[in-house]
Amino acid sequence: MAREWLGWPVLRQLTGRDFLGRGPAVRSANTDEISARTETADRVARSVCPYCAVGCGQKVYVKGEQVIQIEGDPDSPISRGRLCPKGSASKNLVTSPLRQTKVRYRRAYGTEWEDLDLETAMNMIADRVVSTRAETWQDVDEHGRRVRRTLGIAGLGGATLDNEENFLIKKLFTAMGAVQIENQARI
Amino acid sequence: MAEAHPVGFQWVMEAKKRGAKVIHVDPRFTRTSAMAHTHVPIRVGTDIAFLGGIVNYVLSGELDFREYLLAYTNAATIVSEDYVDAEEFDGLFSGFDPDTRTYDTRSWQYAQQEHTGNSEAGTHQQRETASSMQHETHGAQMPGFPPRDETLQHPNCVYQILKRHFARYTPEMVERICGVSQEAFLEVCHAWTENSGRDRTTALVYSVGWTQHSVGVQYIRTGAILQLLLGNMGRPGGGIMALRGHASIQGSTDIPTLYNLLPGYLPMPHATDHPDLQSWVDKVRQPGAKGFWSNADAFAISLLKSYWGDAATAENDYCFDYIPKLTGDHGTYRTVLDMIDGKVKGYFLLGQNPAVGSAHGRAQRLGMANLDWLVVRDLFEIESASFWKNSPEVETGEIVPEECATEVFLLPAASHVEKEGTFTQTQRMLQWREKALDPRGDCRSELWFFYHLGRLLRERLAGSTEERDRPLLDLAWDYPVHDSGPASGEWAEPSAEAVLMEINGYEVATRRPLSSFNEMKADGSTVGGCWIYTGVFADGVNQAARRKPGSEQSWVAPEWGWAWPANRRILYNRASADPDGKPWSERKAYVWWDEEAGQWTGHDVPDFEKTKPPSYRAPEGAEGVKAIEGVDPFIMQGDGKGALYVPQGLIDGPLPTHYEPVESPFRNALYGQQANPTRKQYSRDDNPLNPSPPSSEEAVAVFPYIFTTSRLTEHHTAGGMSRYLQYLSELQPEMFVEVSPELAAERGLVNGGWCHVVTARSAVEGRVLVTDRLRPLRVEGRVVHQVWLPYHWGTGGMVTGDSTNDLFGITLDPNVLIQESKVGTCDVRPGRRPTGPALREYVEGYVERAQANDGAPVVTADADAVRASQAVADRGEQA
Ligand code: SF4
Repeated sequence: MAREWLGWPVLRQLTGRDFLGRGPAVRSANTDEISARTETADRVARSVCPYCAVGCGQKVYVKGEQVIQIEGDPDSPISRGRLCPKGSASKNLVTSPLRQTKVRYRRAYGTEWEDLDLETAMNMIADRVVSTRAETWQDVDEHGRRVRRTLGIAGLGGATLDNEENFLIKKLFTAMGAVQIENQARI
Repeated sequence: MAEAHPVGFQWVMEAKKRGAKVIHVDPRFTRTSAMAHTHVPIRVGTDIAFLGGIVNYVLSGELDFREYLLAYTNAATIVSEDYVDAEEFDGLFSGFDPDTRTYDTRSWQYAQQEHTGNSEAGTHQQRETASSMQHETHGAQMPGFPPRDETLQHPNCVYQILKRHFARYTPEMVERICGVSQEAFLEVCHAWTENSGRDRTTALVYSVGWTQHSVGVQYIRTGAILQLLLGNMGRPGGGIMALRGHASIQGSTDIPTLYNLLPGYLPMPHATDHPDLQSWVDKVRQPGAKGFWSNADAFAISLLKSYWGDAATAENDYCFDYIPKLTGDHGTYRTVLDMIDGKVKGYFLLGQNPAVGSAHGRAQRLGMANLDWLVVRDLFEIESASFWKNSPEVETGEIVPEECATEVFLLPAASHVEKEGTFTQTQRMLQWREKALDPRGDCRSELWFFYHLGRLLRERLAGSTEERDRPLLDLAWDYPVHDSGPASGEWAEPSAEAVLMEINGYEVATRRPLSSFNEMKADGSTVGGCWIYTGVFADGVNQAARRKPGSEQSWVAPEWGWAWPANRRILYNRASADPDGKPWSERKAYVWWDEEAGQWTGHDVPDFEKTKPPSYRAPEGAEGVKAIEGVDPFIMQGDGKGALYVPQGLIDGPLPTHYEPVESPFRNALYGQQANPTRKQYSRDDNPLNPSPPSSEEAVAVFPYIFTTSRLTEHHTAGGMSRYLQYLSELQPEMFVEVSPELAAERGLVNGGWCHVVTARSAVEGRVLVTDRLRPLRVEGRVVHQVWLPYHWGTGGMVTGDSTNDLFGITLDPNVLIQESKVGTCDVRPGRRPTGPALREYVEGYVERAQANDGAPVVTADADAVRASQAVADRGEQA
């Protein structure tokens, strides 16, 4: 019993030199055996928090093709390694069990989701764009002005998309003649 | 800021440690208030009155930074003698047309330049196309050398006009309108003015809730006036900091997915104004104006080359004709109403959840239920994907799944770690993200989705002889791909770096990346997708990927990421030096003229031509870049000066004017004109507004309280990225309504119990949170209660609740078509709201009692004033 008490970390902390309990007083054989999962990661990607526009730096640790940790990047002059509750939860964002990983399809008048493979879905969407565009095409508007466009297709994008993505979206919409493309930036 | 941008707030705390005084003006006491020296509670929607009061304090005490003001702003510029201020026309400026509710702006122009203004038809069109957003970079394009009076004595110089305009914004008036005591108000005035000048600068920080008002642009304008008067622009520790709410919302305007803009703030062409390339370019650069927009032809043609590659030639106007043309308002709210009316057939939602996040949620969902097809790309099954089975309208019977014809495709998206690319954060800085791993299953990036959608469309249309298909078939759409991982072969992921390179621009012949937009040519020899981003790939290096640790570089940290334009960290930083090019003070030295070296130098990239000396004066007849003088820091403005007064580009007036929110329990104390007369309004039965004065008192009293909304630290806007996560859901599990103890007593609300909030659109319920973080204010001699709601919940996710945005109607700022969704009137009742069809009956009862659908008049200024204002335009017409 006494021996057990003597090994008690608080006692070690109070009687030893490590009064604040930040060094040897709180170490054990077990401590020496374990290591932070960040140390054994296969690789680290330099990333950026996807929530607000502060743009805090993130380090994304991957092991066995799984994200095992996301931490603040101390090198970032903006965030200096810090993350707020949302940034800290971003591992939860990318690994959440609620994430959709399969295409879902709801047919007209349907009451349930159905499965669809990705390629089929892409082809169906392309077919719909082609036909809606043809059906709603305007070479000129009701005042005879040349407009060459469709007002039958619209889009609304979030502001966590990449610049490169936005570039292709606007480029394709413009070439399709679809002008009603909007973004959270309007909201 | 501490709530919504917590990590950014560390810098406020650093400044505080070094002696800065922190003032927080907010209706509610928050974590930011807790750390500030002073918290000033204010009535929501009265910021122009508050800031206008400070402007008046500065002007009447002559506390402006006179040397800065004279040299760098338009204070001395003389305005047309036809101009009549809102002071004289009961809240309207000269040139108002009550039928279109827009202005003929010719009388607002500088003296001798009246021809550069717009007739009211032109201004009407500007409102429809949110054209003010272009001014985000290019400013007003007026001729470069308007008449000035350096003594500031001329009765029609901007300085004197400003003085008269704000003279009635006294501390007493601020107290009456904003509910802020004169003592608290004067404390803010003292702090701001004492901390501005040669040696000190003051920063104004706002979050973009400021934009969500029917006078949002003018809020920010008032801040700009104040910061220019006090010499705080273009200087370290000064400026106006817009804290944007999403990782790349800045990027989403720079490289817009917005109907009225093309990349780099080039306007989408309009069918009437821009029939051909030349007229389009000339509208942007306005021959005769000063500044860098004079090179708009090079920017525009480089963009067209990036879209249509080899097909774009000088002979065919670089395919200008391929761009679809605007004819009016095609904004997201107009589009949603058009969905309800059956005009829109297909809709793409890309990481966006309007069922919860946009104003008037019911209209959003009813619109989606009336489409032919909807594509939702998201990480989770958000409400906008499942509206047909579990939205509030399914409960009320307005959407019946078996009768709803909308086909829905829910395509899972790749997360930020499963793809590479850049975000542009709130300081205009691009940061490249490395890809950590492949996405699972069917998850794909938007880059993948649109690249392949484009490919499939082009395959389907190949061989088409239809003229309308040329823009798709001629599109430059051959991007290199990463042929590995789950997306490979025909379905491989395109290279984001290749797209970034196209955005940056390159020489067509050599594919050498451009290092500056000055290298762009108007002869088709350069490609450049977004001219303001040119340089992000300078020397063929992805500059946005730079990660030199902050600890190993200067405090400006120029080698972390890349900021547009040209990696400048503070815009217009020429103003950080005095007219002779010397720092205003040692303490505030930032960029200065090095006489010996014959160039600008300093801590940042100078926002000025490197070797143009402060003594440079433009030769007679100069225009464009040549016309920018050595003392013109605001190089994107047509006159090179900071605009205290804005003759062009704003729909609602050259100066900010206090108008009440569209829904307000109070009559405007300053003018007969109650609310913004030029606001964009959609008067329809499905968009009723709560009544405001001058409607009858009984009607207004149906919705006696004011409500506002904002974010919780633990959630993200419409919740699509937070309600589906365990930790964040656990931290903030439930929708709630925050009220003061006084309001709780008045309405019998019990802390922790249920209550519901009602407007003419809907009723939403939540748990009651009684705190003294909200205080009743005394406004116009009576007590008014303000209610606060977070807006993150919906029917999906781990924690569910009613959506606050269902409470708002659709009324927009006329300049940028952003909705007023930070202020409205409401009723608050104890207990839960009715469910099922009874909910609609309940809300309809309120609509009836308040006569909310009766279309109260928008123009409420005195009839004589309206006539006199219109007469000014008529005079201009005859002249
Ligand atoms: S960690 Fe927080 S403060 Fe930083 S970017 Fe993410 S959401 Fe914003």
